[in-house]
Amino acid sequence: MSIGLGHFVAVSALLFSLGLFCLITRRNAVAILMGIELILNAALLNLAAFSRYLHGQPDGQIFAVFGIVLAAAEAVVALAIVLQLYRAFRTVDTAETTELKG
Amino acid sequence: MDFSTTSTLLTWMIFTPLIGAGAILVLLALRPLLRQALLDNLARAIGVACTAVVTGQGLILWGGFRGADGALQFVHRLVWIKQWSIEYFVGVDGLSISMVLLTAAVFLVAAIASVPWWGRLDDAHHPHFSKKKVPGYWILFLLLETGVLGTFCALDFFLFYIFWEVMLLPMYFLIGIWGAPPRVEANGRVRGGPYAAIKFFLYTLAGSVLMLLAMIAIYHNSGPSTLADGTASPHSFNVMALTQMFRDGTFAGASPIFGLAFAQAMFLALFIGFSIKVPMFPFHTWLPDAHVDAPTPISVILAGILLKTGMYGMLRFNLQMLSPAMVWAAWGIGILGVINIVYGAFVCMAQKDLKKLIAYSSVSHMGFCLLGFAALTPQALTGCVFQMFSHGIISPMLFLIAGVIYDRAHTREINGFGGLAERLPEYTGITGLAFMASLGLPGLAGFVGEVLVFLGGFGAADQGFRVLVAVSAIAVVITAAYYLWTMQRMFLGKLNEKWAGLWDMNWRERLTLYPLAAATVILGVYPAPIFNLINSSLHQVLSVVSVTLHAGR
Amino acid sequence: MHLEHFPLGLIPLLPLLGAVYAGFFGARLQRRWREPVIYWPAIVLPWASFVITVVAVAKLAGAGHHTALYHRAWSWLSVGSLQVDVAFQMDRLSAVMALVVTLVGSLIHVYSRGYMKDDPGFWRFFSNMNLFMFAMLVLVLADNFLLMFVGWEGVGLCSYLLIGFWYRETKNAVAGMKAFIVNRIGDYGFSLGLFLLFWGLFLAPVVTTGDPGDRLAAPGGPHAAPAVDAAEPGAPAAADTGIHGGAPLTSVTFREVQTIVEDPARRDGILGQRVLGAGLITVVCLLFFLGAAGKSAQIPLYVWLPDAMAGPTPVSALIHAATMVTAGVYLVARLHFLFAASAAAMTVVATVGALTALFAATIGLFQYDIKKVLAYSTVSQLGFMFLAAGVGAYWVAIFHLMTHAFFKACLFLGSGSVILGCHHEQDMRKMGGLRKLMPITAVTYALAACAIAGFPFFSGFFSKDEILWKAFDSGNLLLPGKGIALWALAAAAALCTSFYMFRSYFLTFTGTYRGGQDAGHGHGHGHAPHESPRSMTVVLVVLAALAVGGGWIGLPILWGLPNRFEQWLEPAFAGSHHLIESAHRGHGAEWGLMALSVAIAIAGWFAARWLFRDGKNPIPARLLASSRPAVRGVYRTVFNKYYVDEFYGRVFVRGTRQLSELLARVDRDVVDGLVNLWGSVGRVVSDVQGMIDAHVVDGAVNAIGAGSVRLGRSLRRLQTGRIQSYVFGLTTGFVILVVIGYLLA
Repeated sequence: MSIGLGHFVAVSALLFSLGLFCLITRRNAVAILMGIELILNAALLNLAAFSRYLHGQPDGQIFAVFGIVLAAAEAVVALAIVLQLYRAFRTVDTAETTELKG
Repeated sequence: MDFSTTSTLLTWMIFTPLIGAGAILVLLALRPLLRQALLDNLARAIGVACTAVVTGQGLILWGGFRGADGALQFVHRLVWIKQWSIEYFVGVDGLSISMVLLTAAVFLVAAIASVPWWGRLDDAHHPHFSKKKVPGYWILFLLLETGVLGTFCALDFFLFYIFWEVMLLPMYFLIGIWGAPPRVEANGRVRGGPYAAIKFFLYTLAGSVLMLLAMIAIYHNSGPSTLADGTASPHSFNVMALTQMFRDGTFAGASPIFGLAFAQAMFLALFIGFSIKVPMFPFHTWLPDAHVDAPTPISVILAGILLKTGMYGMLRFNLQMLSPAMVWAAWGIGILGVINIVYGAFVCMAQKDLKKLIAYSSVSHMGFCLLGFAALTPQALTGCVFQMFSHGIISPMLFLIAGVIYDRAHTREINGFGGLAERLPEYTGITGLAFMASLGLPGLAGFVGEVLVFLGGFGAADQGFRVLVAVSAIAVVITAAYYLWTMQRMFLGKLNEKWAGLWDMNWRERLTLYPLAAATVILGVYPAPIFNLINSSLHQVLSVVSVTLHAGR
Repeated sequence: MHLEHFPLGLIPLLPLLGAVYAGFFGARLQRRWREPVIYWPAIVLPWASFVITVVAVAKLAGAGHHTALYHRAWSWLSVGSLQVDVAFQMDRLSAVMALVVTLVGSLIHVYSRGYMKDDPGFWRFFSNMNLFMFAMLVLVLADNFLLMFVGWEGVGLCSYLLIGFWYRETKNAVAGMKAFIVNRIGDYGFSLGLFLLFWGLFLAPVVTTGDPGDRLAAPGGPHAAPAVDAAEPGAPAAADTGIHGGAPLTSVTFREVQTIVEDPARRDGILGQRVLGAGLITVVCLLFFLGAAGKSAQIPLYVWLPDAMAGPTPVSALIHAATMVTAGVYLVARLHFLFAASAAAMTVVATVGALTALFAATIGLFQYDIKKVLAYSTVSQLGFMFLAAGVGAYWVAIFHLMTHAFFKACLFLGSGSVILGCHHEQDMRKMGGLRKLMPITAVTYALAACAIAGFPFFSGFFSKDEILWKAFDSGNLLLPGKGIALWALAAAAALCTSFYMFRSYFLTFTGTYRGGQDAGHGHGHGHAPHESPRSMTVVLVVLAALAVGGGWIGLPILWGLPNRFEQWLEPAFAGSHHLIESAHRGHGAEWGLMALSVAIAIAGWFAARWLFRDGKNPIPARLLASSRPAVRGVYRTVFNKYYVDEFYGRVFVRGTRQLSELLARVDRDVVDGLVNLWGSVGRVVSDVQGMIDAHVVDGAVNAIGAGSVRLGRSLRRLQTGRIQSYVFGLTTGFVILVVIGYLLA
């Protein structure tokens, strides 16, 4: 059995679902961040897969690499925010950091 | 019944304060150009200057008044609203001249007491009324003076009513805004400036309604008269003309009201209206509240002048105009006067707030006026008017004295003081003088009115008045007791260390208290200047009453 | 009466100037230039008054018998028939009073300089003392009731100020207050009496001389407007001055009142009037006597005087012994022509006087405060004076008033000297043996004590003996046995007087000094009592001389010697002379009584000497320690002044205060409550109307508004702010949409 586009999409969908589940259910900010990363990776996987199987050109894979770099930068920023959050509230539980809630 | 204009002095006197109020309004319009402090000081200066000018005019009036001639003088008379035969008619005679002079003087004193100048003012933690909304205060203050002077001078019933109501409104705001802030007392009642102001306003207004009804009824039943410009009119508001009509029997045909003769019904309506202002038991309870919560100068005016408007109204309308009914009501008024005197004195003794005590002493002392008014003898009536005058200089002293200590200690609780004589000798001396004057020490002004009322009352046609005098003379003892007891609790004994930091009188207070003290002493030993003003008019009025007195028997 | 002009106004004016000077500028001047700047004017001015008085009296003496000096300053109260001037009159009666007041007053001013030395209130003291001199002289010299009343209340004021002079002690302030208020009760009587008299004269029918007795003319004479029936008096129109036969219809001037009352055309009409079932004059006199009793501390108004000892001792001497308290006696003497016309009033005066004399004397027996002894003695002696006035012996009353002023002032000043010497100790139990330490004080005190006890040839002997005799001989009193009962009371009082005076002398001046034992008193220097400075002892000597010799101007006629005092006053009381009756008890009785009163004086002295001399006799101590209820009860009752103060405090003071509290509560809760109730009713009505308006009319409008608000509020709940829930909603919605799309497809 050769690995086709379907497998990639399935893995990507699985990754997305896991990421979404993580995003919705977890209250830890770091975990939410991980969920977001999972969703991002699912999207990047799709980009690479579709680029390879449907288009035949490397544009999509270049996008994916670009996205990975961005994701790294984004993770740095996000983690920095989480760190600050922790400093301010001594917790990273988003249910408790509700300062702005009316 | 021909009163033509002889002088415009009274008009100038009445409206000078109003001009001052207008000037302050102009200043307010220029507000963007002036600093707040300058604006305030200008308003104060205008206020003091206007009252000083009025006092000067009062002295001219005094100089020009011929006391031996009991008739109206300084008449200024114009047609105002021709359709309803309303005139602008002002003038003074012996009934009113002393009150006009008193008004001018007391307002000047009150004006001086309303400025924060000439002496230390401790308002670091307790805001002082004299620095609050200054221009507004002075506009109302001057408006009040116009109202009071107009009330004493007006001889057109309608005009009188207008001025009567003009007095009311500024007083309401002056007590409500510049008086004590609302507070909750121990028993859960809310008291304070606004409460007192509303009570005063509504109470007096209730009296005014009766007066208004009586005025309209009298107008509609009055006969034809001639207005100032010579046109004939079917009815009249002219007090002098109405007086004559009552004597001529014009109102004899008027239908009785609630079973009372027309004149009697009118008498009652007017009397109740005036007695609220006096204030007469049982209509007196607005007075302590209003006094306690009013700022010092307003208390001064209230006690010194406003109470006299009620008594003046009685003299002018109930006695002069409705003299037949006066004889009918004299006994009842005498009894009410005695209740005022004795009841007021007893209630005084139980007071713990200095200002409230003084307020009730006013109730007691105005009772002397009522008693003298009712006795209908020359001595008693002169005593009544003299008592109005002397109370008009003594009670302002007392309220200024209460203000002096309140400005320093921020309390008036008599029992909270003690031994102040050691720290404030000058203040103690002047307080002693005022207390002695008020308790009727011979040689001071308070005595003259009292003794004339008592002596005159004893000789009243109705021998029952002897009992009334004998009962009310008990108050002489009670009055001495509560004043001396107050003296002892506040000033004598060991100094309460809490008040070791108080300071003696400053120049502003001297400027207000010393002239009044001097007047008290001078009028006590030489009351003739007042007698000369009032006696002949009073005796003219009285001769009419006593003719009625005999006709009735 | 013939009037001659003399500037009498100066006599009271000078002390007034002194009072004003010290009162207004004293505090500052004293700080700057010390005490001389205060006391020189304050002492010189009363002396100047004295000199003027002497000149006036000399002029009076040179004029005819019925002459009075007169000075009208200005018209004071002039309304209708009431004509009151500020006018002064000096007849022979007021001449005596003015002399006594200015002489004794000036002497006491001199004394005060030493006594009040170093007091921070020095200026205040002299200002008040001068003011008192002014008021007292106005009282004495006034030519009418109302001006007299000015002085009358004025001395009351000064008494208040001076009793409470050391006001830092609440006790002193309260004593001053008590004096003033009790006096005011008397003033109530004074003023009502005056009113009643004034209108009584006015309303009294005039009997026209044409046909006496039958026709009653209307009062008011030609000026009265309508004729008034005499039975229905007081028509105001008639209240203008009516002139009848030269004298006014009514007056408040002593001279004119006397003329009116003695006018045969008026007399019957006046005496015939009845008030409250009694004769007009009787009621008038009783009311005036109430005033006199207040001022002169008689039963029932005597309670203030012992407390008044809280003031500085010169004040006690001047005001509460020599002058002010005698004003009541002066008033009765001044109104002799009224009192003499009413036997009932005279009986009351005499009885009250005799009772007070004995009552106060018994209290004086047991006091330990040296000033309290003298205070009760004063009350008692005033009782003697009233007894004399009550039996119609007005000149004797004034005579005793004068001698009493001398010896009692001397006693008080002596006690002041002792108090000063003993460092403000007033308890006689802590004195003793002072004769050696304060010789001048001791001698003068002893001489004055002899005078008050009535030792022969001392001044008190002549006056007191005359009182006893006149009481015994009185024919006017409405009592069984005429004056004998009162004489007995007075004689008993005289015995007590002699006893307690010498008791105080022996306790204070003999034996050994009992003070100063309580060491650590903190004075540091001079525990031993010392004689007072010269300025004080000189005054004591002068007064002692007067106490000894002052009576010689009134020697008994019985001795065949001229009684200059009676001769001098005779014209002043001529008006009532014919009304006073004697019981004609003869010379033998008079000699007997004289001997008896000497015996009484000596007995009192002897008893006191036996019991208290040198503090050696153990009987007093044993009696005090006795536990027998009879002794104990009597002692305690008398020592506590028969509990009268407590009774008054319970009944009158507390009653008044409770009544005032009650009325104040009524005022607050009932009278004002009704007003507030009205206000509340108005507010309830308006509240109900407001509710209708709010709920029905405005309700619909508000419902719409309120509905949208409520909707918004519930929707708001969706906006949690948590992205996770939004994402969840998003996802769920997406899934649902997909499912729906799948199903539909």
